[in-house]
Amino acid sequence: MAIALGLTLFLLLLASLFVGVIDISWAALGSDPEALQLMAISRAPRTIAVVISGGALAVSGAIMQMLVRNRFVEPMTAGTGQGAALGILLVTLYAPAASILVKMVLASVTALASGAGFLAIVHRLPPTQPLMVALVGLIYGGIIGACVTFVAYQADLLQYVEIWMNGEFSGVLQGRYELLWVVALVAGLCYLAADQFAIVGMGRTASINLGLNYTQTMILGLLAISVVTALTVVTVGMIPFVGLVVPSIVARLSGDNLRHSLPLTAMSGAALVLASDIVGRLVRYPYEIPVGTVFGVIGAVLFLWLLYAPKRHAS
Amino acid sequence: MIVVTDLSHDRDGVATLKNINLSIERGGVTALIGPNGAGKSTLLSLMSRLLPIQRGTIMVDDLQIGRCPNDVLARKLAILPQSNDTAPLLTVRELVSFGRYPYHKGRPDQRDREKVEEAIVALGLQPLAERRLDSLSGGQRQRAQVAMTFAQDTDYVLLDEPLNNLDIAASRSLMAVLQELARNHDRTIVIVLHDINYAAAYADRIVAMKDGQIVASGSPDEVLTETLLWTVFETNPKVHRIGAKVMVQV
Repeated sequence: MAIALGLTLFLLLLASLFVGVIDISWAALGSDPEALQLMAISRAPRTIAVVISGGALAVSGAIMQMLVRNRFVEPMTAGTGQGAALGILLVTLYAPAASILVKMVLASVTALASGAGFLAIVHRLPPTQPLMVALVGLIYGGIIGACVTFVAYQADLLQYVEIWMNGEFSGVLQGRYELLWVVALVAGLCYLAADQFAIVGMGRTASINLGLNYTQTMILGLLAISVVTALTVVTVGMIPFVGLVVPSIVARLSGDNLRHSLPLTAMSGAALVLASDIVGRLVRYPYEIPVGTVFGVIGAVLFLWLLYAPKRHAS
Repeated sequence: MIVVTDLSHDRDGVATLKNINLSIERGGVTALIGPNGAGKSTLLSLMSRLLPIQRGTIMVDDLQIGRCPNDVLARKLAILPQSNDTAPLLTVRELVSFGRYPYHKGRPDQRDREKVEEAIVALGLQPLAERRLDSLSGGQRQRAQVAMTFAQDTDYVLLDEPLNNLDIAASRSLMAVLQELARNHDRTIVIVLHDINYAAAYADRIVAMKDGQIVASGSPDEVLTETLLWTVFETNPKVHRIGAKVMVQV
């Protein structure tokens, strides 16, 4: 599975580099300096941005699903994403001249706060009703999202906020996506704690039994989720469903042992978002459809197929 | 040896444990019995550090519960998670491997892998090793959980009503496994049981509780008398003795 995924991802990467309004041929890269420049300024950054956000969002979804022990949640829709947008909005309102660093830190802080709020609510829900967690997540995210819209409306910033509420990659250029390397780093660091997150996913008793510091791991996970979500929102905007669909699909196929499944989750997330982005560039050529819209369609079809496909029990 | 001294516990202002003093010797199977609400599960949860201790002390050999670091205790005492937890999407081998986490903290070596194999063989799980837990029966899943605590290689194993939802074959086989662990692998098993006959058949010692207090403790032969069952459970079944074995007629 890993090899097939890697190959698919590689082919998509190549496709992403050569799909766009301006035609670039492989040969031109060697001879035409303009083609090379276009590659360096636009195509390569965009492709890198898509791969990092897709992979990292899928990883953050997988971790959140372990922390709340529920397959129907993801940070982007359960408040963390909206929290990040709220942070960006507040910076814009009260410190419009603030640097991108300030924006990033504040977005992470508000994302963390709303993520912690969600965990606190989930903690009080009856564990016997998993769908309740999903519904509460949607409502909770919806409320924070509504606050963002309201404040933006009052301040006449609706159009500005839209940029962050609907993520897409057409604005990615060299010099405007580099924050995402931090996202990649954080997602990579999560892999070092893969066993810890997997144990947390087995429940409190199992965690205590194995001598894991339950609270510390929860906080660590929440921190990672918040940073990944906030920085993605700051650079490309909110991309919903990646963190929901991808980890669920991967878990069904290859299980909950994150040490084994987290790399697959990251690769699947990157490949699916990249495919969505390429399709989004081609459907209304030369115009673009936001990646989130395309992903919604592809993700929903995949998810349905998985739900109704015959169950496989083998590892 | 587990030594409980002057242990009391309140929940919502109601005393669930009243000044418990108890020693559980090393080796063998010790069963906690008593009616619903007697405090068996609370006592076991306190021993397994799932609840914070309010008053009194619990010592497991030289380690004090509540003072000793969590990860040190994890190499001394294992808890079998309640079986009604939803099964994680893991294979039997993956689950058993997590039993080694207290030792390797995420970086298993050759010795950890050997211990995992040993646990799988000891519980006869070789044919199921690559199967997912959600594809197993309740009894098989429970056996996989026991294999995990076996791999955890602790002197003490605590189980809270592990026979819930198991049929007679699975229950008998699980109890036999626990008995075997105690006899041949030098583990000390403490188990909360609802069915007195399983306690009578497989436990080496029985501790009977009522209203947050210990009413009797000793061998099944000593503890299970008609008078005691009346005192503890307020019901009067006949107790039959067949040789050294005790049977409670339900």
